[in-house]
Amino acid sequence: MIEIRELKKSFQGLEVLKGISLSIQDGEIYGIIGQSGAGKSTLLRCVNGLEAYDSGDLIVDGVRVDVREKASLRELQKRMGMIFQSFNLLERLDVYQNVALPLKFWGINPRSPESRRKIEDLIRLVGLEDKIHARPRELSGGQKQRVAIARALVLDPQFLLCDEATSALDPEITKGILALLQKINRELGITIVVVTHQMEVVKQICNRIAFLSNGKVLSEGKPEELFVMPTQEEIRQFLRDGSSLLPKSGVNVQLYFFDETSEEPIVTEMARRLGKNFNIVWAKLEDFRENVYGSLVLNIQEADVQEVGAFLDQNHIHWEVLP
Amino acid sequence: MGILTTSSMTSVILNAFQQTLYMVFWSTLLSVIIGLIPAVILTLTAPDGLRPCRPVYETLGFIINVFRSFPFIILLVLVIPFTRLMVGKAIGTTASIVPLTLSAIPFIARIMENALRETNPGVIEAAKSFGATNFQILVHVYLKESVPRLLNGIILLIISLVGYSAMAGTVGGGGIGDIAIRFGYQQYKTDYLVVCSVILIVFVQVIQMIGNHLYKRLS
Repeated sequence: MIEIRELKKSFQGLEVLKGISLSIQDGEIYGIIGQSGAGKSTLLRCVNGLEAYDSGDLIVDGVRVDVREKASLRELQKRMGMIFQSFNLLERLDVYQNVALPLKFWGINPRSPESRRKIEDLIRLVGLEDKIHARPRELSGGQKQRVAIARALVLDPQFLLCDEATSALDPEITKGILALLQKINRELGITIVVVTHQMEVVKQICNRIAFLSNGKVLSEGKPEELFVMPTQEEIRQFLRDGSSLLPKSGVNVQLYFFDETSEEPIVTEMARRLGKNFNIVWAKLEDFRENVYGSLVLNIQEADVQEVGAFLDQNHIHWEVLP
Repeated sequence: MGILTTSSMTSVILNAFQQTLYMVFWSTLLSVIIGLIPAVILTLTAPDGLRPCRPVYETLGFIINVFRSFPFIILLVLVIPFTRLMVGKAIGTTASIVPLTLSAIPFIARIMENALRETNPGVIEAAKSFGATNFQILVHVYLKESVPRLLNGIILLIISLVGYSAMAGTVGGGGIGDIAIRFGYQQYKTDYLVVCSVILIVFVQVIQMIGNHLYKRLS
C-alpha cells in the first residue's frame, strides 16, 4: 500500500506539488491523470525516490520514502519496478541483457540457471521470445516497452510504476501494452500505478484514479464516476470534445447513462410519450473496462425543459441543463 | 650525406615509420588511461552528473583548458625538465612520448567527458530506479553505453598524435614527419617528401577506416 499525505514539492520556488494526499491499495491499478504540467510525473518520481519531496508523508508498506536514507531507499526501489515514456533501454545490450541488468545491480548472477529461467520466463510473458537476442534498435516502440516491462519485473517487485508508458505509442500498440499490464496485475498480483494524460489508458485498465490539476488532487474515485458525469469544470474541459459546437438557440440538456440504463431506448421513448421533437446534437459512448457508459446532449425548446426533466427523473436518468 | 639508393630510402623511412608508431602507440595508451580519470570526475561533477559539484567541475575544467591552450611546440620545450625526470633524457623517441602524452591528456579528457555525458539521461534514470549505486551506473551505464563514442574519440586522438609526433622530431624524436622535414624539405629531396606524405595519408585513412568499422560493430 502506498500512502501519500500532504505531499509538497517545489522546483526553484515554483510549487509543483501543493499538498497531495491519496492512497493506493494493494492489487489495484491506480491511475494518476491530468494535463501536462499538473505534477503527475513529479509525484511518481517522488514515490520511488528519484526525486526528493519537501514536506508531507510518503509511505510504502509502512516504510517512509526518504532519499537521504540510501540503504532503505534502495530496498524500496527493488520493490518498485518502473517503466518510462521513452523506454530507456541500454542501446548496446540485447533484450536478454537489458532484462538482466537490474539483477546485476543487486549482485545476482544473471547467468545462473535460476536467473536464466526467470529472465526467459519474463521475456515469454511479454511475448518477445523470438527477439531474445535482438538489440533495442531492431525493435518497434511497443516491443521496446515490452522489454522495459520485463526488466521492471525481474526483481519481483510488488509495485509497477508507469510514467506515461504508452504516450509514445500509437493506439493499437497502446491497447496491447495495456492488456499486458492488466495481465501482470491479475496473474502476478502486482499493484500498478499509471501516470498518463491518455483517457483510453484510464478507461481500459484503471480501477481508481486521481485527477491532478495544478499540483493538487482535484478528484479521486472510480474513472466512471469521475468522467461520465464530471462535476468539476477542469475535468469537463479535459474531456471536452466537440461540445463547444452545441447550438446557441434553445436549451441543451445533457443525459448520462450508466450500466443498465445505457441499453434502454429512453430518447425515442420520451419523444413518443411527450409527443415532442428533439435534436440529438452530441453523443458519446465510453468503454470503462467491461462496462459501457454513455452521454448525449439534446437540444430542446425552452418551454419543454420542465416536462422533459420530469420524464427523465421518473426514469432515473441523470441529467443537467448545460450553460 | 651521400647519394642514397632506393633501398636505403626504404630502410630510412621504414625505421622512421616504426618510430612514429612507437610514439603514437605509447602516447595514446598513456593519455587515454590517465585522461579517463579527469573525464570521469568531470562527468560525475557536471551539473547534470551523478554528484554535481561546481567547484570541482570548474577548477578541473580550468586546468584542462590551460593545458590545452599551450601550443605543442612550446609545451615540448617547457616540459624538458619533467621529461628528464621521467625517462632520464630529454632527447630521443622515448623522451618525446612525455610531451606527446602531456599534450594529449587534456585533449582526450575533454573528448571522453563529452562522450560520457552524451549517455541518454533516461537510461541513467532507469538504472537509478532499480536501485543502482553511482559506481554501478558509472560502470554499467556511462562507460558501457559510451564505448563507441569513446572509441571515436580515441581515433581522433591517434590521428592528431600522428601530426604532433611529426613536430616531436624537433627534440630528436624521429619519425616520418622528421624525415619529411630533414630529408625532404631541408635537403630538397622531393621523393622523400612525397613518400612520407603518402605514408601519412594512407596511415591516417587506414586508422579512420578501422575506427569507423569498429564503431559500427560496437554500437
